[in-house]
Amino acid sequence: MTTDAAALPAALHTGVGADFVHRIGPVAAIIVAVIVLWYGAAVWLNAPRVIERFKNDERPWTARELVEATWSMERPVLPAPHQIAQNFYETVFRTPIDSKRSLVYHAGVTVSATLLGFLFGTVLGILLAIGIVHSPVLDRSLLPWIIASQTVPILAIAPMVVVVLGSIGFVGLFPKAVISMYLCFFPVTIGMVKGLRSPDPLQLDLMRTYSASPGQVLWKLRWPAAADFMFASLKVAIATSLVGAIVGELPTGAQAGLGARLLSGSYYGQTIQIWAALIMAAIIGVMLVALVGIIEHVVARHMGRPA
Amino acid sequence: MKARALHVSALLLMIAALMLPAGAEGWSRSASALMCALVSIVCALVGLRRWNRTLEHGSTLLAVLCGAVAPLLLFAGPGPFGTAAPGIWVFLLGWALLLWRALSILSWLPRRGPEALAAPAAFGIALLYVWQVLVVGFGVPQVLLPAPTQVAHILATRLDVLWPDFQQTFLKAVLSGYAIGCASGFLVAVMADRVPFLKRGLLPLSGLVSAVPIVGIAPILVMWFGFDWQSKAAVVVVVTFFPMLVNTLAGLAAADAMQRDLMHSYAASYAQTLTKLRLPAALPFVFNALKINSTLALIAAIVAEFFGSPILGLGFRISAEVARLNVDVVWAAIAIAALAGSMFYGLIAVVERACTFWHPSYRV
Repeated sequence: MTTDAAALPAALHTGVGADFVHRIGPVAAIIVAVIVLWYGAAVWLNAPRVIERFKNDERPWTARELVEATWSMERPVLPAPHQIAQNFYETVFRTPIDSKRSLVYHAGVTVSATLLGFLFGTVLGILLAIGIVHSPVLDRSLLPWIIASQTVPILAIAPMVVVVLGSIGFVGLFPKAVISMYLCFFPVTIGMVKGLRSPDPLQLDLMRTYSASPGQVLWKLRWPAAADFMFASLKVAIATSLVGAIVGELPTGAQAGLGARLLSGSYYGQTIQIWAALIMAAIIGVMLVALVGIIEHVVARHMGRPA
Repeated sequence: MKARALHVSALLLMIAALMLPAGAEGWSRSASALMCALVSIVCALVGLRRWNRTLEHGSTLLAVLCGAVAPLLLFAGPGPFGTAAPGIWVFLLGWALLLWRALSILSWLPRRGPEALAAPAAFGIALLYVWQVLVVGFGVPQVLLPAPTQVAHILATRLDVLWPDFQQTFLKAVLSGYAIGCASGFLVAVMADRVPFLKRGLLPLSGLVSAVPIVGIAPILVMWFGFDWQSKAAVVVVVTFFPMLVNTLAGLAAADAMQRDLMHSYAASYAQTLTKLRLPAALPFVFNALKINSTLALIAAIVAEFFGSPILGLGFRISAEVARLNVDVVWAAIAIAALAGSMFYGLIAVVERACTFWHPSYRV
């Protein structure tokens, strides 16, 4: 760390310019590099098909024509970034929101399942953590199984959960939310067990000298002490919840949601549609994590801590 | 005192259960079931007296064992059970309270060595048992939830189908993808650590990637690399790359300034500092990534199979058999995946223990 700081002129370490060079510069450089590589890869991957088409038409072609054709195919192997951006723009801004072709509509379906599952998972995770912290029996016998439960590929059960819950009358949001819940209770439980145990023995002893009940210790000492741990694990949980919701949409037969967009895109070879859905999923993921971050910020300020 | 109240209420419930109807012909139908229930109650009674700790604990554990057998013997006979047999369910409620007591006895065992496994093992077996009893007792249709014994039966009889699936998904796709993904994540991290510009660019971006559902890339990679295991391995590579990158970068920053200064004072070269100080210091982080990736890899491979695969693979088996409503085969496939995942994780944990024995978290 010290070596690279010394390598740059000292003037760069002050003011806005320094911030740009130091933080945004490298990120921007890498993003630009990725986009350039992407265009190159699009030419490379799409060229065989384009050349085949040219040969079928039996007409000569220039390099310029080849490159242009690879960047504007209808079903490319790898769509060029501007094609994705265009599809994204059209399905997000130029399509009525209630239309089945609107990406916003599908994103809304996924987000609602994500949030519902996140809510379930958080409540379940916190309850389990409170139980584990207060009961040595649960600590010894349940905690190992919670960890082992994550080595089970929970997503593998996703199609079955959807089918089984569907057959007993639960359709729509709920089965997907259950899968999200399965995935996201784990980080919450682990983080909260750590957090609820984070008050040091002196503080716990102090509560005992006040003859505080376990409920009071929980509410007034353990819970506030766990806030940092909770938000750290909530950020992980909401991202995994989104994964759960998307995967939960795969077996429902491509009806609605980003997962359905991915599946129908892969059935019909609509690569541009897949990429647009992926970009949407990425944006949603980042936004959801940022949302938790904002809530964390507000709570931290409310608790009188420098955020 | 609370433990005693628990024990007494368990006993009362179990005794009351014997008065309630249990199935078509009740408790009297099976003499052996009644015997087991009675032995269980007597043992629980003995366990209540405080004359000798060994006797107290031993008889409580015995009571739980005998109590577990009784409903199974009853279920061997003709139904109807379910709500027609409240006796069985009240008995099981009492049994569950007794089980809690037994678990708390097992929790007193030392936390190290093989005894430490007693409580979680008992809990796991009890969970399977309750699943079995509820499914059989309430006659849950097999389509909704098969009993553990049915799953075990499938595992035993249809291994000839499931083993090639396991080979396809785990041995080919997961292991190769895992190795490539983790190795490349590690190498890129070491490289990025050497070039600070790269590090400052990569770190925020890979933090961003952690919020992105990467499994979504599966359909694209399946299109690129075909339906066979190579495409699944590619998905695994992408999914395992970023956790390894982020963790290794964090690990390489873990050696503290004093230690680095010491290496500097020895006039150690970059390579020497890296191999003798910083990589060993980064090991706990690297192993953390290896563990996270072991579960991620399996999930990624299975999900990728949903987007198209040859007629092989655990993910294919799951989606195909769900469509045919053979839920017991699905559960068998899940059990195999879970077992493989747990063993993979356990193996890494053992290697971790051997490699990072010096880490404070292993100190007693």
